[in-house]
This record gives sequence, C-alpha cells and structure tokens, in this order.
Amino acid sequence: MSVPAWPDELFEELVAGDVRQVAYVPDAGHKRLIERSLAAPGIEAVSLTTEEEGVAMLAGAFLGGQRGVLLLQSSGVGNCINMLSLPAECRIPMLMIVTMRGEWGEFNPWQITMGQGTQASLEAVGVLVNRVESAADVAPTVRASLALAYNTGRVVAVLLSQKVIGAKMFKKGDTK
Amino acid sequence: MSASRTLDRRASVAQLLRHRGESLLVSGLGGPTSDAYGVGDHPLTFYLWGAMGGAAMVGLGIALAQPTRRVIVLTGDGEMLMGMGSLATIGVKKPANLAIVVIDNGLYAETGLQEAHTARGVDLAAVARACGVTAEVVETQAQLDAVEPRLYSAPGPLLVNLKVPSVASILELPARDGPYLRSRFRTALLGPDCHL
Ligand SMILES: Cc1ncc(C[n+]2csc(CCOP(=O)(O)OP(=O)(O)O)c2C)c(N)n1
Ligand SMILES: [Mg+2]
Repeated sequence: MSVPAWPDELFEELVAGDVRQVAYVPDAGHKRLIERSLAAPGIEAVSLTTEEEGVAMLAGAFLGGQRGVLLLQSSGVGNCINMLSLPAECRIPMLMIVTMRGEWGEFNPWQITMGQGTQASLEAVGVLVNRVESAADVAPTVRASLALAYNTGRVVAVLLSQKVIGAKMFKKGDTK
Repeated sequence: MSASRTLDRRASVAQLLRHRGESLLVSGLGGPTSDAYGVGDHPLTFYLWGAMGGAAMVGLGIALAQPTRRVIVLTGDGEMLMGMGSLATIGVKKPANLAIVVIDNGLYAETGLQEAHTARGVDLAAVARACGVTAEVVETQAQLDAVEPRLYSAPGPLLVNLKVPSVASILELPARDGPYLRSRFRTALLGPDCHL
C-alpha cells in the first residue's frame, strides 16, 4: 500500500499553526501523526489514558499560552462529553481531530453507535464540526479549523471520514 | 474513618498557599474551589466549577506550557478518583513543575457527605507512587510544616495526600463566569496583549 500524503500535510498545518501540545489516544488512522508529533522538538506529545484527559489538558495549555490539538477516534468523542463543558463554558479554543469509524464500509458493529452519534454529540455540547470526505481537503480543513477555533474561542472538531482513512478490514490470521 | 484526621482543612490549605507567590493555581470543583477562594483570591488562580476529574490535567497543560513556573493543583479525593488515569498520564510525562494537593476527607462532601473509596481502603498516595508520581501523606501538623516548602521546591510531579476530617469545606463562592476567570488568569500570566 502506498503511504498517503495527508497525514504529513496535516502535521505541517499543525506546525504552521503554532500547535505546541498534541494529546492523543491512539487510533490506526492517527499513526503517522502521532509519530511525527512525538519526533517534533517543539511539540509536547502526551499519551492519555482516556480522551477527556486531553480536553482538560488543552484547556490548561490555552490558559498557559499555548495551542493544542487532541487526536482521537469517534468512539473517544463519547468519553469527552462532560469535560467539553470546560472549554464551552470558558470559551477556550482547541482543535479535535477525529478519525471516523462506524460509517463507510465499517467491519466492527461495536463502532456504529458512537460513530453515528459523533457529530450530534459534539454539536449538542457546542463544538463546531467540519467534516472531511477527501484526502485533498484534509490540510485546508485543518488550517481553516485552527483559524476558526483560535479566532473565535471555540472548540472545533475535524471529522476525518472513513473514506479518507480507509475502512479497517479484519481477516482471521491477520497480524497487525 | 481514620482517627488521625485531625488537621483543619481550611487552615491547612491556607498554610500551604500562604507563600504561593506567583505560582499558578488550579482548584477543583466544589470544596477545593471554596478553599482556594476562602484563603484568598488571586488572578493566577483558575477556579473550576465543573469538569469533575479534570483539575490535574488542566494543571498538566499549564505546566507544559509554562515550564519555568510552579503549578499547583488543589483537588478533592472524589475528583482525583474520577481522574485516576490522569495520575498515570502525569507520572509518564513527568512535569517537574507540577504539584497536586488532594484534600482527602474520604467523602464526596459537596453532594451530601457520601463515603468515597478513599474511606474504604483506596490509597491515592500509593496509586500515585505506582504511577511514577512522588507522593507524601500529610496527617499531622509536623508533616504539614515539612511539606509546605517542598510543595514549591521538590521536583515534580508531586502529590500531597492531605488527610482532613470527614466534613465538608466551608462554603465560599468565587466568580463563576468562565470567560472572566479565563481572561483574568491569562492577562495576569501572559499580559494584556494575549487578547489581541
Ligand atoms: C461528572 C460529575 N459527576 C458528579 C458530580 C457531582 N459532584 C459535584 S462535587 C462532587 C464531589 C466531589 O468530591 P471531592 O472531590 O472529594 O470534594 P469534597 O466535596 O469532598 O471536598 C460530586 C460527586 C459532578 N459535578 N460532575
Ligand atoms: Mg472529598
């Protein structure tokens, strides 16, 4: 499989946007972005035990004068909901980059509930949502979403469609 | 309940914060926010009124952004139990400038004095140590006196498990408006140009 260009393009947008803290719970779709963040000297990459930790941490980042991004998969959005009351109530900006599961060609039925509920849940707690359906739109959407978040003091989520990251297929005997 | 819980809660917090200087303080919802305000308001205090479980991680984000400043988190045992995973995250990240004070009354006092796991054998200091966070248990005045300077000078991450009687904090209500609390903290820390 050829290596897709969008994760590196996305990472360059984070650097250009002066993002200094990257918090994550791993998802296969974020693999490259996590590796780039861990290797970048000017970025604090923080592995979390649960996604809501990242929401609280990035609120702290803003209070301390830095910009931050949370990398998560759609199921992790469910873990964030009450913690999102903090940036919502305090008008603290941050960017969430959500790799979608439970839609386009999904294999695992357990991803459907939260995948189908992701956008509605985020919007229910005041998060602004931008969806990306093609690889070419990833970098421009991240750039625009960072601007939206930090110009207006809002939490913005970029949802990366399974069309972009590719549906994960499992076959018996696969190694990962 | 431990018979050794004799330290006065508000007085202990007052002692720990009396020489806070320009250190940055985050207080967790309920009792800890009451205590932080009750011992003296400060623009470099960020009071949480919700986001239960989040206080320590707000502290981590500030600590990473401001590595030359001491960051103190004042939280409750109930809140720390909800955010127990964050002790692992903090223990792995090892911010040298972060200290967490857990006001441990063995209760969810704010919601009607219900017993918490901390009153039933769960040891937050041991959890912290297992996560790579230095932890000190404070139950006596002598221990409080000893920990006070270390709160500001010991290499972090540090957790102080402050055992206090199983009662509620005395209610003191600071400002609740989120954008105000956010902006006064950022103005005091970063200067007025941070809003431009
Ligand atoms: C997510 C969530 N669950 C429950 C509550 C209700 N609640 C508010 S304060 C609190 C207890 C906090 O206990 P602790 O941190 O030990 O502080 P104490 O009141 O004992 O000082 C609870 C359960 C809440 N605000 N948010
Ligand atoms: Mg308590």
